Amino acid sequence: MTAELGHFALALALGLALLQATLPLYGAARARPALMELARHTAIGQFILVAIAFGALARAYVMSDFSVAAVAQNSHSLKPLLYRMTGVWGNHEGSLLLWLLILTLFGAMVAMFGGSLRKAFQARVLAVQAMIGTGFLAFTLLTSNPFARVWPPPLDGAGLNPLLQDPGLAFHPPLLYFGYVGLSVAFSFAVAALIEGRVDRAWARWVRPWTLAAWAGLTAGIALGSWWAYYELGWGGFWFWDPVENASFMPWLAATALLHSAIAAERREALRSWTVLLAIVAFSLSLLGAFLVRSGVLTSVHAFATDPERGVFILLLLGIATGGALALYAWRAPAVGTGVPFRPVSREGALLLNNLVLVTACATVLLGTLYPLFLDALDAGKVSVGPPYFAATFVPLVAPALVAMAVGPMLAWKRGDLAGALGRLWLAALGAALAAGAALAYGETLAALGLAAAAWIGLGALVEWGERLRLGRAPVEEVRRRARSMPRGAWGAGLAHLGVAVVVAGITASQCFQSELILAMKPGDSARIAGYEIRFDGVSRIQGPNYRADRATLSVLDDGAPLAVLGPERRFYPVERQHTTEAAIRTTFLADLYAVIGEDDAQAGRTVRLYHNPLVPWIWIGAIVMALGALLSLSDRRLRLAVPARRRRQPATA
Amino acid sequence: MVPPTMRPKRRRLFLLVSALALLGGAAALALTALDDTMRFFHSPSEVAAGAVPPGREFRLGGLVEAGSLTRSGASVSFRVVDGAHGVTVHYTGLLPDLFREGQGIVAMGALDGGRAFRATQILAKHDETYMPPEAAEALRRAGKADGS
Repeated sequence: MTAELGHFALALALGLALLQATLPLYGAARARPALMELARHTAIGQFILVAIAFGALARAYVMSDFSVAAVAQNSHSLKPLLYRMTGVWGNHEGSLLLWLLILTLFGAMVAMFGGSLRKAFQARVLAVQAMIGTGFLAFTLLTSNPFARVWPPPLDGAGLNPLLQDPGLAFHPPLLYFGYVGLSVAFSFAVAALIEGRVDRAWARWVRPWTLAAWAGLTAGIALGSWWAYYELGWGGFWFWDPVENASFMPWLAATALLHSAIAAERREALRSWTVLLAIVAFSLSLLGAFLVRSGVLTSVHAFATDPERGVFILLLLGIATGGALALYAWRAPAVGTGVPFRPVSREGALLLNNLVLVTACATVLLGTLYPLFLDALDAGKVSVGPPYFAATFVPLVAPALVAMAVGPMLAWKRGDLAGALGRLWLAALGAALAAGAALAYGETLAALGLAAAAWIGLGALVEWGERLRLGRAPVEEVRRRARSMPRGAWGAGLAHLGVAVVVAGITASQCFQSELILAMKPGDSARIAGYEIRFDGVSRIQGPNYRADRATLSVLDDGAPLAVLGPERRFYPVERQHTTEAAIRTTFLADLYAVIGEDDAQAGRTVRLYHNPLVPWIWIGAIVMALGALLSLSDRRLRLAVPARRRRQPATA
Repeated sequence: MVPPTMRPKRRRLFLLVSALALLGGAAALALTALDDTMRFFHSPSEVAAGAVPPGREFRLGGLVEAGSLTRSGASVSFRVVDGAHGVTVHYTGLLPDLFREGQGIVAMGALDGGRAFRATQILAKHDETYMPPEAAEALRRAGKADGS
């Protein structure tokens, strides 16, 4: 019965979305307050209805109601409770419902917290948001009903892919979807602004917090996914340039560009129409990602293998949303205006450089991701574009932005002093030179470049804070007073840049200084990696809640003294009839010792793969720091209150 | 460096030109990189017909022939077949969790002088009921070759 209730709630939500997508637009055009006001109520109503549907599906999973097809196909009564719950979004239908839940949540938040928006504008934003909602509700109900019943119900479910039965992956989709779908708000704001033909500072000030929130979710979600891939897939790597990873990375790049251009639009009314265009592009890339993952056109670990009918539907949604918004843009952008002009060497100029680089890098990722699909569609052969392509294009493209990243925040608005900024960055330059020298001593040119960039960006962010606080030049009292009055946005921006520095250092060191060893081992055998001795002590059989496993005992010895014991596992899940590899990782936060085991062979012994990955934890630590920086900026009262720009000159924020 | 006396119009032109230069550079970079790094997919039958010279990297797809798997230390050898022809594959490392005889796989690597395939990477789809599209494609191509 609850399943039918959920289905019914979804149908009602579609009805509300249709109302919300049309009447408030009419009301805004004809200045009818009642029709404009309607949008706020329907937005909240939609969220409640979708939440009911989501609750109904979650209940079916938790209670193991196998008469619901999605539950029967993706769950099992022996699965631990946590994975019965997270299994709700471990498949196409349920994850779509999660997508809807977050989409309507954002709509409801615009309705609740958007009180200081102009009424007509808020009504238009909510109407556009409801158009997206209509599309996805119709998609869910018509092609992917999560509440379809099976008769007779099977005795037990088919289980969930064991790779997904993991705490890291349990929370990866909600964070990622928060980011993807959060970008829909920026999209709705952009389309509403184009309808009105008006983009002002208040608009940019509204777009920023939503984009910041979405960006923080996207950053954390991507980091969690990459961490999961690192420890669960057992390949020792953290990023594979897999099309589905790219599908999440492209909106991230566009959203990063949007965050920065919105600063210029908010503070200086520069880059106005460009910011609107980016908002459209960022969400369009989210939709493209949804298409790539859900249409079955890709070979990927993450892809939901589904039927082409769904792919066509999402492609249609993508075409209408992107095509419609871009057509509107072409028609109305002249009314919006490009914005206040500025000199190339200025804060705006630096933000524009950031944008150009990010968008270009995003375009090369898009090309590499879609090229095999194009060739296949043209029947010109099956090809794959792998990590070498992305390493050869993405890295050199992003390099200039990394150099400019430390300088940009030091430049003044409108007209900057490049020589002065560089002079004040002497400490960062010194740090970069030292880092490069240290890496060169190991004979690694690439590592020298990467570590120099990390030191330059990280120290640059610290120098920028120091400059704002007049650290070392003003009395301690003055510095303290400045630290207290410095806007949260400035702390957040610096923190996010520091996070980038940490990520760059982690990626560089783990790529350039990784050691790897593959060998067959018998009990008593030893191997040496990165100065450690690893002794294979044997394998024991263990029984988990819904799997059984071979667990190896690998003793880590440092100069003969026992340091740690690694227990990599090879699990077998009988319900799903599937093996998985569980890596054992010992981390010191400066380096990971990483072990996985393969199959056993009577003569050769057990295949063991060992890695020593220096600084690899920094990648995820840095990503968390970046997300925290965004949250800190988000708590800036200037954004929260969304008050009109004050006349008083404020310290510049990036 | 930009002279400070630059007019807004020239300034905009400067921005436009630098943006176009960046885009042009990126396009050139991307296209050369695509050309260098793109890997074609070939089926065992195409390999048997001599479609790929030794040393060129490509992706090989098909089914792991039952009973063909042999191990020595951390190295394995097996045959990938598409119903019409087969190629011997040598690989050192851990096989994917779903690697099994009779299963579809995709291997990345190159042919050596003796027409055996030296794999650098082996992929199997993480789903019991699922066949990698490229493995399915190899079977389809082989079927077509037999039929025609």
